[in-house]
Amino acid sequence: MEVTQVLLNAQSIDGAVRKTAEESLKQFQEQNLPGFLLSLSVELANEEKPVETRKLAGLILKNALDAKEQHRKFELVQRWLSLDTNAKSQIKACLLKTLSSPVSDARSTASQVIAKVAGIELPQKQWPELISLLLSNVHQLPAHAKQATLETLGYMCEEVSPDVIDQDQVNKILTAVVQGMSASEGNTDVRLAATRALYNALGFAQANFSNDMERDYIMRVVCEATLSPEVRIRQAAFECLVSISSTYYEKLAPYIQDIFNITAKAVREDEEPVSLQAIEFWSSICDEEIDILEEYGSDFTGDSDIPCFYFIKQALPALVPMLLETLLKQEEDQDQDEGAWNIAMAGGTCLGLVARTVGDDIVPLVVPFIEENITKPDWRQREAATYAFGSILEGPSPEKLLSLVNVALTFMLSALTKDPNSHVKDTTAWALGRIFEFLHGSAVDSPIITQANCQQIVTVLLQSMKDTPNVAEKACGALYFLAQGYEEVGPSSPLTPFFQEIVQSLLTVTHREDAGESRLRTAAYETLNEVVRCSTDETASLVLQLVPVIMMELHNTLEGQKLSSDEREKQSELQGLLCGCLQVIIQKLGSSEPTKYVFMQYADQIMGLFLRVFACRSATVHEEAMLAIGALAYATGPDFAKYMPEFYRYLEMGLQNFEEYQVCAVTVGVVGDISRAIEEKIVPYCDGIMTQLLKNLSSNQLHRSVKPPIFSCFGDIALAVGEYFEKYLMWAMSALQSAAELSTHTAGDDELTEYTNSLRNGILEAYSGVFQGFKNSPKTQLLIPYASHILQFLDSIYIEKDMDDVVMKTAIGVLGDLADTLGSHAGSLIQQSPSSKDFLNECLSSEDLMIKESAEWAKLAISRAISV
Amino acid sequence: MAPHDLRRPFKRAAISDQQKRRELSLLRQEQNRRDAQQQARCLASSILSLQSPVPESEPEQSDIELETAPEIEKESGTLSKDLDVPRASKLRGPEVRKWFARQLMLPEWMIDVPDRLSQDWYVYARPAGKRCFVVSSNGTTVSRQRNGSILHHFPSALPAGAKTRDSSGSGQSYCILDCIFHELDQTYYVIDMVCWNGYSLYDCTSEFRFFWLNSKIEESGACNPPSCYHKFRFSTVPVYTCDQNGLYAAYTGVVPYVKDGLLFYNKHAHYQTGNTPLVLVWKDENCSQYVIDTDSKGEIPSQQQVVLELQDNGKLVTSDDPPVLFGYLDGDIIQKSGLHSGNLLRFAVSDGGLSFVDGKLDKADLNYLGKANRGRAFADSYSKVVFQFTVRHSPLKIDDLLASINSPDDQEKKPCDVEMVG
Repeated sequence: MEVTQVLLNAQSIDGAVRKTAEESLKQFQEQNLPGFLLSLSVELANEEKPVETRKLAGLILKNALDAKEQHRKFELVQRWLSLDTNAKSQIKACLLKTLSSPVSDARSTASQVIAKVAGIELPQKQWPELISLLLSNVHQLPAHAKQATLETLGYMCEEVSPDVIDQDQVNKILTAVVQGMSASEGNTDVRLAATRALYNALGFAQANFSNDMERDYIMRVVCEATLSPEVRIRQAAFECLVSISSTYYEKLAPYIQDIFNITAKAVREDEEPVSLQAIEFWSSICDEEIDILEEYGSDFTGDSDIPCFYFIKQALPALVPMLLETLLKQEEDQDQDEGAWNIAMAGGTCLGLVARTVGDDIVPLVVPFIEENITKPDWRQREAATYAFGSILEGPSPEKLLSLVNVALTFMLSALTKDPNSHVKDTTAWALGRIFEFLHGSAVDSPIITQANCQQIVTVLLQSMKDTPNVAEKACGALYFLAQGYEEVGPSSPLTPFFQEIVQSLLTVTHREDAGESRLRTAAYETLNEVVRCSTDETASLVLQLVPVIMMELHNTLEGQKLSSDEREKQSELQGLLCGCLQVIIQKLGSSEPTKYVFMQYADQIMGLFLRVFACRSATVHEEAMLAIGALAYATGPDFAKYMPEFYRYLEMGLQNFEEYQVCAVTVGVVGDISRAIEEKIVPYCDGIMTQLLKNLSSNQLHRSVKPPIFSCFGDIALAVGEYFEKYLMWAMSALQSAAELSTHTAGDDELTEYTNSLRNGILEAYSGVFQGFKNSPKTQLLIPYASHILQFLDSIYIEKDMDDVVMKTAIGVLGDLADTLGSHAGSLIQQSPSSKDFLNECLSSEDLMIKESAEWAKLAISRAISV
Repeated sequence: MAPHDLRRPFKRAAISDQQKRRELSLLRQEQNRRDAQQQARCLASSILSLQSPVPESEPEQSDIELETAPEIEKESGTLSKDLDVPRASKLRGPEVRKWFARQLMLPEWMIDVPDRLSQDWYVYARPAGKRCFVVSSNGTTVSRQRNGSILHHFPSALPAGAKTRDSSGSGQSYCILDCIFHELDQTYYVIDMVCWNGYSLYDCTSEFRFFWLNSKIEESGACNPPSCYHKFRFSTVPVYTCDQNGLYAAYTGVVPYVKDGLLFYNKHAHYQTGNTPLVLVWKDENCSQYVIDTDSKGEIPSQQQVVLELQDNGKLVTSDDPPVLFGYLDGDIIQKSGLHSGNLLRFAVSDGGLSFVDGKLDKADLNYLGKANRGRAFADSYSKVVFQFTVRHSPLKIDDLLASINSPDDQEKKPCDVEMVG
């Protein structure tokens, strides 16, 4: 096969030619994979070939090594590892050779492919000579090869994890990279490649950052690079600083003053891509300090992992004026451009983070700026002042802000109606929303909103909902937080007198011609939802009246025929919003008996609408409709059984939706809702549901976060159907057992520990459901064979000492359930278990009432089981 | 390598409403799952048994009530260990009275101030009225006094307490509350919770029971004004941590009921039937109309009177376990009056009074008056006798209690929270 020609054809404008070429590439690959990959690498390395075919050859090669989806990636890795060694050596030789090609695209493609191969082979201890080969390149070859080699090292560091490369080699890589970055490197491309490589290599430099001399050296070179005449190098150097700020926060103290000077100069004078990174450095420091302070509270003792160095507090007097300056550099229409990101936005965001980091201290530094600019004729000054005000509302104490906010509130309400500039109004509405979010609600002692100004606030916000879409969207947001603040207000809400008017205005907004811009329609429905959620019994009848209104809206979306794909997407989005709204209403009305009773007259029609929403799509189900059905099942109770014959196919479809795992997870939750609602009436559907759930568990394509809820769902079903669960017992128990073995140890990072705990919780909830479901049935003895394994599982997770409170509560409950259901059969097993007693005692003396409650129950059940 | 995207959310709420709806759904599902589990567990046969953990042979002791309990028979036969409430509610006659009479936790009288009051104890003002057990089950509610007799039979908003349309509760659901019925406002003041909706709280600490009591009673609707399905109002009493402020609030605070002394509960104590030193009663004139015992005519006798049990060899003892010896009755009197072991006898404390050595009773100057009222079931407890004695001579005053909370002694005994590193 003439590879070059096929690769050219594969990029032809003629679709038919392209298709034939793709077909023959596919055939070649299937018939002879090593030969195929080898000829691609030969093509890439061949200096006589056109650059397009070399690039494409490299790209296909790269795609043969890596994929986004985990399971596909795993397959490709296995395939490469099992490939003929000889072919692999030849391919790798071609790739390395290409690094010194004069054609920059070829070099760059080769760099990426080498990194992918390294990502597969280095963890397997293969290709041991790679790093030394690359390093020798750096020291010998012409500049362009040196550049490509540094780039390769950078990509490689991105692909492999630090523990794969030993410290000796890390040292050599860092030495080469940092030398390439230094001012003495004459070639700009080399210096840029080295700087970008360092960004990826920073994660490998733990040991080097602990060595004062090496750290000083790296920091000096990075700081020097921020002063390079080449803008791309300055930008890359600042990116390194940003990364260092989070990875090596605790090592920054000696350099922070210098870094401040460098960043301040960049923010004020440099080109935007550079100044954005300079601001990001401080935002990132804020992130770190907020995390540290949140984790340790104010009583930091000094022996915790990472101390807070209060860099922001120290830099405050200089940092705040620098950020305030940036606020005046707005772009004309940034508030209408979804993708906008500029120095004013970055500076404003950073100011908000600074306020959260230092609290009260920021207020006196910002107030003069607000006062000076808020009434100026130039809209930029008014907008900057308003933004500054809005951004310091989170962080400082309400006491510190109260007098300022009381004055500002009146001013803002007037500005929102009268300011001639749309950008100013946008920011004003946003700032009002921030006032309501942070300074209004049951947690705040002295209320900002009183009987005297509530009417005016509502009037102004409703008025602003008629403004341009971006302003109206912010006004909706402000109303959202206004309503939220009254969530726990008690039987009577100050918003009651305005309820009808608010709902009417929000519905009007959803019908605006331009409601598709600036997320306006979404914001209006979200606000409507919050207004309903936070409403009181006084307005229950008005919420009831809303039901047929939203139903009619949903009905209207079902009328359109023959939609274009664009229209279909819009229809689906609107249906999502309406189903979401119905879900909130159902949950609200279903939570009290009298309103639930009246609401039930609509249940059949609503369910009919949901089924039609499902029918709008052929292969997938609508997540929002599914969530709403869960709420409906809960409200309807046993009567929900009558919807099952029609609904079941969508339930199954939802459970099969691996790609949109959120949909799958939501559907699993709904199975639980339905089980509780209709109990044994779910039996006719159990075969299908259980089969699908077991399939999902054994699939490696399904996102792992869905697995714990599937286990919990086993418990829900078992509890609902009782001994009928016998049919599935063996399968469910074996799935639980193997998952239990996997989840005994949590070795790994916090995220993995959290996941393991959620898995444990799901497994334990399943056991609880099974035991309680079988209780008092003649088939209890079927569970006896599983008891010792379950006790072992409880023992081992107790011994691991890394349960969270939720798992602890569920686990001790399972011990009780086991004793309760198996009685004397369990008594001796429990007494033999090494840690049951300690575990129970620990739970009995827990501060957590839920744990204690479960433990008290377990204690009773066990004492009964033992005494019999 | 392209520059890294550093855009951050701008003027946006951090969480989307859809995400919020998802999370609220999950929260609701979690709650519902918990409820379903809880319900399943409550149907458990294992927690229904409410046998008294007190050994059968333990003598019963008197409650703080001064009106003597009529017609309680002496220990009669044993009760089945497996007696449960639904079955207990089917018992008839003396059996049932006996059973219920043994289910209450009875406080000792406070004769000295316990350590660590402010850390380990709660205090509240006891409502004046009839101590009773309120049991709701099978759609009806029954209140029984300490002697087992029925006070009221009525529908209530307690779980399983009335036959209402929406009573979804299973037949096995029931509640047992420890209450005081306050005549004046016809209200049951719930002072402790023993079982709630089938869920036993016997083996829970009072800290936990009070928490549960306060959250559950309110949400059940039992505190609502009386209605067709809810004949009497229930109410909780304000319970305070027994620090200076709490004690002062319980002592002086305005409550909607007439006070009859203060009750002190050890936070860690389980609900233990019978007498317990982990619940204490204390009174003075300011917080109770009944500080000093009255006689059968309701008048305060000039000399303190005590009821003691006569044992073999003329021993005179209290109802405590083990009994406290107060002295010996002269053989002549025994013979002359035809007394025998087991009789309850009334004595007056003469001028010699009670004398103590190292905090223990050394001598009692007693004057035999005669047999005790036939209605009496038990002798007085040691703590009651001593409390009544000190009330007449050198009462334990509220200031003493307040002072003990602040005393350096109390401070010293506090366990140190800070671990020394040195």
